[in-house]
Amino acid sequence: MKLKDILACVDGKLVCGESHLEDEVTRGFASDLMSDVLTILEDDIILITGLSNNQAIRTAEMSDISNILLVRNKKPSQSMIDMANELNISLSYTAYSLFKASALLYQQGLKPVY
Amino acid sequence: MHQEYLVPAQDFSVAGVASSNLKRLLKQLNIPPQTIKRIIVAVFEAEVNVIAHSYGGRILCDFEEDAIQVQVIDTGPGIPDLDLAMTEGWSTATEEVRELGYGAGMGLPNIQKSCDKLSIYTKEGDHTHLTMLFNLKEEV
Repeated sequence: MKLKDILACVDGKLVCGESHLEDEVTRGFASDLMSDVLTILEDDIILITGLSNNQAIRTAEMSDISNILLVRNKKPSQSMIDMANELNISLSYTAYSLFKASALLYQQGLKPVY
Repeated sequence: MHQEYLVPAQDFSVAGVASSNLKRLLKQLNIPPQTIKRIIVAVFEAEVNVIAHSYGGRILCDFEEDAIQVQVIDTGPGIPDLDLAMTEGWSTATEEVRELGYGAGMGLPNIQKSCDKLSIYTKEGDHTHLTMLFNLKEEV
């Protein structure tokens, strides 16, 4: 799925990283635990998380994750936006829960990592 | 080639800065992407451990033709039970650290999985010294 299709599916709003809208995203990984995120070796994944802080961006950087979707209407802080811009990572958010966002995306064909 | 990075204690605002700088350097050295990922996951976990659990420390990187050695040396207080610390899910992280998304008890297990060789010196009341080795040859 392209990032723009993912956002349409979860009624998400892009905060920064417009150039990523055409990114082809193969898999999704949903977690609030950054050590879990660090176990992933696959590329082209989107991180779906309720963790709205700089650590989520930093962890995405370490795991080569280019797209982050925040759930439960957690809008990113300016500090997160600045960091994401600097690291060329897209940031979006949705009002849906982690469960609902993940379920809808899975239904639309986004693959799980495990 | 040798490179060092300082890691302060308890300051999560800089968590990952050392790993990020190392990642940039590894890219410049044309290390294969999957190897960079392994190295950075291990070093980032170790960096977070130093910030969360120690009085601060250093990351020392030595680059050889066929391997990269990374040492993470803190200034204490040491790990009382290393076997427990190596157990997935075991963590002594504070609530504050958990709220930041860390402290899942996956740090040392992730480090072990990511590197080709890991040796750990630690002692309660002393310091902790991780030596990680990453082979380059077979992945080039």
